[in-house]
Amino acid sequence: MSLSKARKDYLEGLCLRLRQDLIKLLYSIQTGHPGGSLSSTEIMTTLYFEKLRVDPKNPKDPNRDRFILGKGHAAPMLYQILSERGFFPQDDLATLRQLDSHLQGHPCAKKTCGVELSTGPLGLGLPAGLGMAMAARLDGKDFRTYVLMGDGELQEGIVWEAAMSAAKFAADNLLVIIDNNGVQLDGTVAEIMPMGDIAAKWQAFGWNVISIDGHCVEAVSDAIDLAATVKGKPTVIVAKTVKGKGVSFMEGKSAWHGKPISKDEYVNAMKELGVNV
Amino acid sequence: MSAVKKAIRDVYGDTLAQLGRENPDIVALDADVGSSSKSIVFGREFPKRYFNVGVAEANMVAMAAGLATAGKIPFANTFAAFMVLRAADPVRSLIAYTGLNVKLAGTYAGLSDSYDGASHHAIADIAFMRALPNMTVVSVSDPVEAELATRAVAEFKGPAYLRLSRAEVPVVLDKATYKFEIGKGVTLREGSDLTIVATGYMLVKALEAAEILADKGIRARVVNIHTIKPIDRDLLIACARETGAIVTAEEHNVYGGLGSAVAEVLSQGCPVPMEVVGVNDTFTESGDYEKLLAKYGLSAANIAAHAEKVLKRKG
Repeated sequence: MSLSKARKDYLEGLCLRLRQDLIKLLYSIQTGHPGGSLSSTEIMTTLYFEKLRVDPKNPKDPNRDRFILGKGHAAPMLYQILSERGFFPQDDLATLRQLDSHLQGHPCAKKTCGVELSTGPLGLGLPAGLGMAMAARLDGKDFRTYVLMGDGELQEGIVWEAAMSAAKFAADNLLVIIDNNGVQLDGTVAEIMPMGDIAAKWQAFGWNVISIDGHCVEAVSDAIDLAATVKGKPTVIVAKTVKGKGVSFMEGKSAWHGKPISKDEYVNAMKELGVNV
Repeated sequence: MSAVKKAIRDVYGDTLAQLGRENPDIVALDADVGSSSKSIVFGREFPKRYFNVGVAEANMVAMAAGLATAGKIPFANTFAAFMVLRAADPVRSLIAYTGLNVKLAGTYAGLSDSYDGASHHAIADIAFMRALPNMTVVSVSDPVEAELATRAVAEFKGPAYLRLSRAEVPVVLDKATYKFEIGKGVTLREGSDLTIVATGYMLVKALEAAEILADKGIRARVVNIHTIKPIDRDLLIACARETGAIVTAEEHNVYGGLGSAVAEVLSQGCPVPMEVVGVNDTFTESGDYEKLLAKYGLSAANIAAHAEKVLKRKG
């Protein structure tokens, strides 16, 4: 079902606030990855506030949907969203990456309520997600498993091992979303390791492919709904995004994959996001 | 010494299938070596609970991690060499890090895939696995232990590496009386002059070595350390105190394996003269299993020689 105008406005407003909070948070701790958090904001927000069947009051419900952040470096945005959703207090966010915090630099399922899989080393999210999807099938459960991957992450060979396996096992309860922001740590994806036609690659591996604008909450929502109707094969949503989205001087810049934000940059970024500090 | 011989892998395959009958949550994965690892026995009986992912070990282990998060008890199967080399990342980053209940069955460990050569021998797997926090490391010595250890790791909650062999080896343990408990070493022969601490098939060689030594009037105690991590500190320290000298024997590099683990315990708990028998930090080669073991020092004669050497140091 398409998003109502009210839901669309709500999600867009939430995305803007999450971006503001992210810049504030990463400025305050002077570490962390802004670029990939900003490119995946609409995808993760739409999932957690519109689609995922999760309950912070019963975080281990065996029937809950599973979300895996394959690109674990977008942890700051995941943490903000989990906290906003009620999995842990918002005050905890300030402890991100600090000693004794439950919020690790990359997601740790053992420490953080709501994190389904420890990630960070790229490429492991998809095969683990496939395992979760197979467990659902064996138990006759209808939960769905969602894996968000970066486009740089697709360069890991294990991604394609898992892509073959998911097709072989006809994992139609598994949905992959690719945050196709075109930038990785050392430069653009085109410079570092050209990925060619990403959609065609997945099609060739036996997947159903949906291509969307990953910053449009309606498009994200519709694509997730459409994917759920596809039987007999897994679906991948290739979501075109902009790394650093919302902060002009971060957009499309590999330097902002992960680097500390200066005072001036902080002020300018917040101004662009509608806040004077 | 019993004349009855059985292949460790056959016992493992049958046990895994039996466990599958007993517990519907047990699932198995393989990376295209199911007819070698014998996970295929499980796969034939439980095709829906069996995932052959092709030649993709890391993918297999990461899938196993996902299955475990949802309450399954996955046994991931491949050659020991590839379990640690190809699947190292998911073993560490998903399974050990989060303490997931995955069983990593490394078949063809040591030199047991003898004719395939050094590329297929596993002499660094214990070192890697025991260096991972949360990982339990179990090494199987004979067909009786193969069954008991497989059952024990299935019942154990948490990540475990089960070190298995391709080889057909003699039954040396008595199924009626042998007790297998993870983390507990077993004294198989009493002796007061020194203790031979062995793991895996080297236990059989250690028992033979004790016979050789007995003929020379040397009374060697023989201890089976099937659980290399967590290691049985109390037993090792007691052996060091009571016998005053230790020889370790393992089908693994002398670096990082059983010998290292025992030295870590004794250097702090009860330092005594000690000798380590294992592959001497060299790549091995193709050949007949027993001849290969002998060439690389993994023989009863070499264990006995090290026993005599350590006794001289004991003074």
